[in-house]
Amino acid sequence: MTTTVLKLANISKRFGTLLANDDISLQLQAGEVLALLGENGAGKSTLVSILFGHYTADSGHIEAFGHALPPGDPKAALAAGIGMVHQHFTLADNLSVLDNVMMGSEALWQPFTRRREARAKLLAVAKQFGLGVDPGAKIGGLSVGERQRVEILKALYRGARILILDEPTAVLTPQESEALFDVLEQMVKQGLSIIFISHKLGEVLRVSHRVAVLRGGKLVAEAAAKDTTQGQLAQWMVGHAISAPQRRPAPNVGVSVCELHAVSTAHGRDRLNKASLALHAGEIVAIAGVSGNGQAALAELLCGMRHATEGRVQFMGQPMPNDPAQLTAMGIARIPEDRHAVGLIGDLPVWENAVSERLCSPVFSRYSWVRRRAARDYAERVIKAFDVRGSGAASPARSLSGGNMQKLILGRALLHPGHDDGTTTHTVPRLIIAHQPTWGLDIGAVEYVQGQLIAARDAGAAVLLISDDLDEVLTLGDRVAVMHAGHLGTARPALDWSREAIGLAMAGVAAEHDDQHGVRTHPARTLDEALPA
Amino acid sequence: MTGHEFIELLANPTFWIAVLRIATPLILGTLGVLLCERAGVLNLGIEGIMVAGAFTGWLAVYGGAPLWLGVVVAAGTGGLLGLLHAFLTVGLALSQHVSGLGITMLATALSYYGYRVSFPKVATPPTITPFAEMDWLGLPILAQQTPLTLLALLLVPLIAYMLYRTPLGLAVRMVGENPQAAEGQGVPVVAVRTGAIVAGSALMGVAGAFLTLSAFNAFFFNMVNGRGWICVALVVFASWRPGKALLGALLFAFFDALQLRLQQSGGALLPYQMYLMLPYVLSIVALILVARKASYPQALMKPYRKGER
Amino acid sequence: MRLEKRSQSSTLALALAPVGAVIFTLIVCSLLVLWAGAPVGQAYALLLKGGFGSVFALSETLTRAIPLMLTGLAATVAFKARLFNIGAEGQLYVGALAAVAVGGLHDGTGWALPPALLFVLMMLAAALAGALLLLGPALMKARLGVDEVVTTLLLNFIVLLFVSMMLDGPMKDPLAMGWPQSVALLDDLTLGKLIAQTRVHTGLLWGGALAVGLWALMKFTVLGFNIRAVGANARAAAFAGVPVTRTVVLVAMLSGALAGLAGAIEVAGRTGYLTLDMSPGYGYTGIVIAMLAGLHPLGAVAASIFVAGVLVGADSMSRVIGVPTYIADVIVAASLISVLVATLLTQYRARWK
Repeated sequence: MTTTVLKLANISKRFGTLLANDDISLQLQAGEVLALLGENGAGKSTLVSILFGHYTADSGHIEAFGHALPPGDPKAALAAGIGMVHQHFTLADNLSVLDNVMMGSEALWQPFTRRREARAKLLAVAKQFGLGVDPGAKIGGLSVGERQRVEILKALYRGARILILDEPTAVLTPQESEALFDVLEQMVKQGLSIIFISHKLGEVLRVSHRVAVLRGGKLVAEAAAKDTTQGQLAQWMVGHAISAPQRRPAPNVGVSVCELHAVSTAHGRDRLNKASLALHAGEIVAIAGVSGNGQAALAELLCGMRHATEGRVQFMGQPMPNDPAQLTAMGIARIPEDRHAVGLIGDLPVWENAVSERLCSPVFSRYSWVRRRAARDYAERVIKAFDVRGSGAASPARSLSGGNMQKLILGRALLHPGHDDGTTTHTVPRLIIAHQPTWGLDIGAVEYVQGQLIAARDAGAAVLLISDDLDEVLTLGDRVAVMHAGHLGTARPALDWSREAIGLAMAGVAAEHDDQHGVRTHPARTLDEALPA
Repeated sequence: MTGHEFIELLANPTFWIAVLRIATPLILGTLGVLLCERAGVLNLGIEGIMVAGAFTGWLAVYGGAPLWLGVVVAAGTGGLLGLLHAFLTVGLALSQHVSGLGITMLATALSYYGYRVSFPKVATPPTITPFAEMDWLGLPILAQQTPLTLLALLLVPLIAYMLYRTPLGLAVRMVGENPQAAEGQGVPVVAVRTGAIVAGSALMGVAGAFLTLSAFNAFFFNMVNGRGWICVALVVFASWRPGKALLGALLFAFFDALQLRLQQSGGALLPYQMYLMLPYVLSIVALILVARKASYPQALMKPYRKGER
Repeated sequence: MRLEKRSQSSTLALALAPVGAVIFTLIVCSLLVLWAGAPVGQAYALLLKGGFGSVFALSETLTRAIPLMLTGLAATVAFKARLFNIGAEGQLYVGALAAVAVGGLHDGTGWALPPALLFVLMMLAAALAGALLLLGPALMKARLGVDEVVTTLLLNFIVLLFVSMMLDGPMKDPLAMGWPQSVALLDDLTLGKLIAQTRVHTGLLWGGALAVGLWALMKFTVLGFNIRAVGANARAAAFAGVPVTRTVVLVAMLSGALAGLAGAIEVAGRTGYLTLDMSPGYGYTGIVIAMLAGLHPLGAVAASIFVAGVLVGADSMSRVIGVPTYIADVIVAASLISVLVATLLTQYRARWK
């Protein structure tokens, strides 16, 4: 006999023309892990945001523990025992763990705060579920895994009986993920219920009892985890049977285009530490790693946004300049991690964004005056060649969807504008720096972007692909290297790597970057070790 | 001024009385700015709010109200203008810079207009009987101050306690650091930010009232004269901490009092304007000194719209 | 209340927003007129007549609009790049100071230079003085992260004291009988009258030409793109290869130069010498003008004429029915706030729950 703790009935939500949730009904039982599976944009996040009161549903209602939940009120959701762990942590870096956890748990007008009691309670909860933390530590100094523990503790501290985890493993190493799954098991044993949101099939089957699949805003399937397979789930998720992506070896690997020789960047949370790497024409080198281990530093360095404090960066045998405009002119195509904040200038029109990287080239400006006709023609060509859908070249870039933004960025990076005499020789970039190029895109756009990168490689470009997505790294990379704590491992042929080996390297266990300063063999602290005996 | 004269000056209690008097409106104003900024909102309305507080507080007392009621009126005026700033910057998420400047212009213009409507044809500004010194206190230096100075000094530990030792203070700091996190934990972000701005602006109003009800006994045009802007600089200098804000205001007042003495000491070598420049120059220097290590509240000047990231 | 972003905001709504905001402001301000005991209709009619109702009124309004146009343009270009230059008041005064230094401080000799050359030098000096005054805060912002709002505001006070020092000292007009007033410009250097028998001078043409120039710069040049890109998203601009710091510095020079010219043109076109009350806050009002114009350089011309009309009209209304002239400042400040809200409502829709 199971009891239903949460009931969502006929939830619908529309954003403009997009029907994000279409008449979704779901139930959650006590002591159950329910996986919510779906592509990016399938409506998972909208659904849990409604559940947690961040959004108000257009229709439908929610019951928790037999009582109706008032819509649009996170406070009521908290009071009803629903806790949420967001994918992007909502913690204040400058405040302590205890501050973050006890925030909102006391009446605002209470003239004093009971910190000692709160601290004791926090430690008790942490112990109960095996989540070790230092209550006095500032959030800013914690690792990603530790921050996630604080997020979970926040919910448990408030007495959550239902925990919603939004893509919790996206920022963890495989080993850290395993430790998280153990914690979830503990919680379920103690009677908590969990909604686990993911688009990774393997871990969904590993961790959940039941799986609900969303596609295009609709609930398309529900099944017990033990009765289904990855293949079946994948088919539900994308709507048609998918074949495992085929690896195509690089047809003709050429000369070394870009080389890093023991390069370090300035200290900071994300830095490079004596990284060496060679990128060859006609080859994709993929960098794996948990984000925040120096990938951003590597990408920014090669995009001209950061200086090397030591070591040499060479491009075509010459020292590489540190100026984005020069890099573009030299044939380096750059795809930044953050489309919205870095890739495009949302308030400016699409056509200005299309030429922004090359505005100083004689094709698009003469004597400092912009050649608007040429610029708009080029923008139209990018729009057409890369299928950028939106309301035209004159509309602001922010009106584009994420996938179309990425196509615009990809298009301007890959499509050479030709020469100012009007000739349009097709020129492939010499080097492509792609940082998380498919992050957050729907499957169609992912395929498109990946296909373009492979096509550019086949045409002779050297490609550096930096990605958190292990599947992407292993399918696209001809050679794969792993980053951990600023160290860049040796790039080895993709086929030489096993998933386990990559996972260990991501956690910093494999001691393969043995430079003369000694071997860094400190294994990353895993959740297992942090648990009290 | 020779070294000997300088030491004599430091030993002279009247100098320190002046320092504390000059510091009072700065303490009140700086605490007001601090409250707003801790909650994540820049309040450039301070200059105008001080003018409005100075005017309405004084007008109430001139109209027969007791002095303390005048202070309450000034606080209320400040609070009301703060509410407008909160509506524009928190409710509508407009530019905090422009809204603040708009409030300063509006509050200043309204005060001057109100003054001219109330006193169309006066040659010398009408006066009131201001707060008396607190002789009953029996403490050196402090006894020669008015009760508003005492209030300002008491508010420093009070606000520090509120910020660091109450749930409300934690909520204020949290909405200034990460409003999404606060909202997720059930803290009403808009209400907390609005409350902090209203309270902070009320303090700015009292800072203005000090000028008309304690320091002088009348309302003049240009009497605030940039003190509000100096408070905004002092908050950065104080790293958003009440204790350091008090220290900063006192340090600042020390130099201001010093330049006044130098000006008056006859042997002034430089044009008097050079001395008058000192407070403003010092404020800029203070900003430069702390610029590298200033750790702004992370959500300062970032508007928060529910449901938007 | 919640705000929902509109998918498209219509151009008509954008154009009408300032007009609606100003009308709303006038309605609210009529309460203040009533407080002063004057009939609202008559007061506004007098204001309109005093600002725009006759050739003389119009000429006075245009005269007043000239410095406002320039400080408005100074704010426009700076705000476009998100450089919050609140120091136009100080830049205006150092511009005027520099103009007097070049154009008047040589015992009437003009250093034996041709007047045309001296005139050019005078304007250049004024522009340079304003530009350099803003350069400091801009560099402090770019290099140290010091908020430019506070530094530019504080510099206004410093500059005013400096001007006062100059007027007491080296620039003092010995014939002014102790009145703090600078020596006068050479007669050859003053700007000609645009309409005979009025005070409108050719500075108006300067303002208009600079507005058109700035508009073209913003719309058609690489620098214009850089300015807009840095203002809209500095990180993305840097990624695209825009030299962010250099752009901010150039914007600072441009903005400061425009404000400096405002001072020089005011001296050369209207007063002929420098006093401490030459500008009743033109620098600050320039911000209002820029916002009223939606940061559009050509809009700034219209906005400055409107604001000047309110200021001039209020003076004349005040003389007739005794409503204090400060009503104009209230109207201007309240317009700023209303326009902000109105512009927001063209982009968002307010939903009441």
